Amino acid sequence: MIFKKSTYNLILASIFALLLSACAQQAAKIDSQIQGDVYTGTDTVEYLADGVPDRVFFATNESVLTTASRDTLRKQAAWLRKNSDINVVLEGHADERGTREYNLALGERRANAAKDYLMTYGISENRISVISYGKERPVDSGSNPLAWSKNRRSVTVKAN
Amino acid sequence: MKKIKLIIFLISLIIPLKVFALIEVDITRGNLNPLPIAVSAIYSDKETTDALKKEIKVDQIGNEISIVIENNLRATGLFNPLEKKAFLQKPDVAHLKPRFEDWSLIKAQALITGKVEFKDEKVRVEFRLWDVLAAREILALAFTTVPNNWRRIGHIISDKIYERLTGEKGYFDTRIIYVSEEGPKTKRIKKLAIMDQDGFNIKYLTLGNELVLTPRFNPTNQMVTYLSYFKNLPRVYLLDIETGIQEVVGDFPGMTFAPRFSPDGKKIIMSFAKDGNSDIYTMDLENRIVERITNHPSIDTSPSYSPDGKFITFNSDRSGYQQIYVMKSDGSRVKRISFGNGLYGTPVWSPRGDLIAFTKLHKGKFYIGVMRTDGSGERLLTENYYQEAPSWSPNGRVLIFYRETKSNSDGEGFSAKLWSIDLTGYNERQVITETDASDPSWSSLLSN
Repeated sequence: MIFKKSTYNLILASIFALLLSACAQQAAKIDSQIQGDVYTGTDTVEYLADGVPDRVFFATNESVLTTASRDTLRKQAAWLRKNSDINVVLEGHADERGTREYNLALGERRANAAKDYLMTYGISENRISVISYGKERPVDSGSNPLAWSKNRRSVTVKAN
Repeated sequence: MKKIKLIIFLISLIIPLKVFALIEVDITRGNLNPLPIAVSAIYSDKETTDALKKEIKVDQIGNEISIVIENNLRATGLFNPLEKKAFLQKPDVAHLKPRFEDWSLIKAQALITGKVEFKDEKVRVEFRLWDVLAAREILALAFTTVPNNWRRIGHIISDKIYERLTGEKGYFDTRIIYVSEEGPKTKRIKKLAIMDQDGFNIKYLTLGNELVLTPRFNPTNQMVTYLSYFKNLPRVYLLDIETGIQEVVGDFPGMTFAPRFSPDGKKIIMSFAKDGNSDIYTMDLENRIVERITNHPSIDTSPSYSPDGKFITFNSDRSGYQQIYVMKSDGSRVKRISFGNGLYGTPVWSPRGDLIAFTKLHKGKFYIGVMRTDGSGERLLTENYYQEAPSWSPNGRVLIFYRETKSNSDGEGFSAKLWSIDLTGYNERQVITETDASDPSWSSLLSN
């Protein structure tokens, strides 16, 4: 009887451990894709050229460029310097957890943060235009922190 | 013996609990004492009924008008229109002289009767409002219009009744302009749409080829201002809904957004975004003169005038996060008024002048609330997963706003709908639309 009970407990415990590790894996997957509220994954990222990602991500309500974002934008600047016939549009976006009008302004501020950085790396202002979509064009339609982090972005798009 | 006692004790324990529960339901629904009102069918003789059926394809016009009135009154939460089946008197007889005992028998405190006529291509509707307890007529009016406008007559009669019984102007002969939404979240198609306040007569004003947002009525006429991404240039537009003519407002080298009219309808106030900074500007619609109102490196948006035009409330993150501010209409004397926990957005000044309605975001929840114009007396009316952008009924008693639901990781489960709530925080109702809907804006009364 005692033996049986302990076997039963063991089975329960191992099921529990399995569940826990599944949860931990799920959490770890999200953790590895968000750092300090900023998306760091590559799920939605497209490439302007080999090794040149097209977008940078932001923390909630912020327009500050992270180290990774600055790295991406330097790659974009280098690519733009090499391809001087190409003009770009920077599309600024916000997540769905804000009021529509404020998000339009926030998207504009984010796209301009990216624009200013490209300009400091030698890209002429008249090659860059800016548009804000606010929360109107999410790339991930989920309502969860990971989806929102993918949507807080500035995307560099070829204009010609 | 003991058993019987126990049973009695149990019963007595259950009954008071039940009674208490019933009372509680009444309180949370807010309709503690909606006035029982009998809306008799508006009388229409056979000749009139047949002629109008032929003319506008509406069967039983008199009864239909009375249903418009009933629905309006019921939606206020202040009135309880009684079942017509219980009425003892016929509409024509009641309209001449009600037998008040019959109406007080079914507990009606007020009675509406009326008569429709169709003459010279015009519909004439007369109605009377009776005080059943005092046994006397307290209001009698008649309206004449083209047959297709019959619903409006129902709304105008509702307004007159509301005004006579509450002492305040009604809000039934009004329209709502809003954004109709269709398609997946990532490729949402948005169109400008307009409908009567009760959801009827929906018309789509744009085709959905470009993104459109935040339409707002001119309080003095049938002009609308809104944001359109026409040719991928987000700009504030002016639209005349009678003629369909539209034009860009001003000549700004960048995004203009968050437009609203001044209370006299002569100016548009809006945000202009340049180099990552949004400030507030006005444009005079007569002389086209543009004025800059704020000049601050923060985001300044969602401006709304006080009804006397002397002040502007707006949204700014100059303190670090979104808060609500008030300034004089020339941009001087800027003062922050929101100091509660959380973020505040979309301030909109009540047409009565005493309150500012807003959206509040706190701990992952969105609230619609009101505060006095100095920021005191904050009151949250409704809490939800996502809701924003309140717009006032012209009498300042009701707010309409939109609410979105959460979607799963595939984007399923998402919806956007219009809702209304009383200033008291009671009588929350969904405003039914054909499609998903957002950004509602309430018109002024179309007639006075």
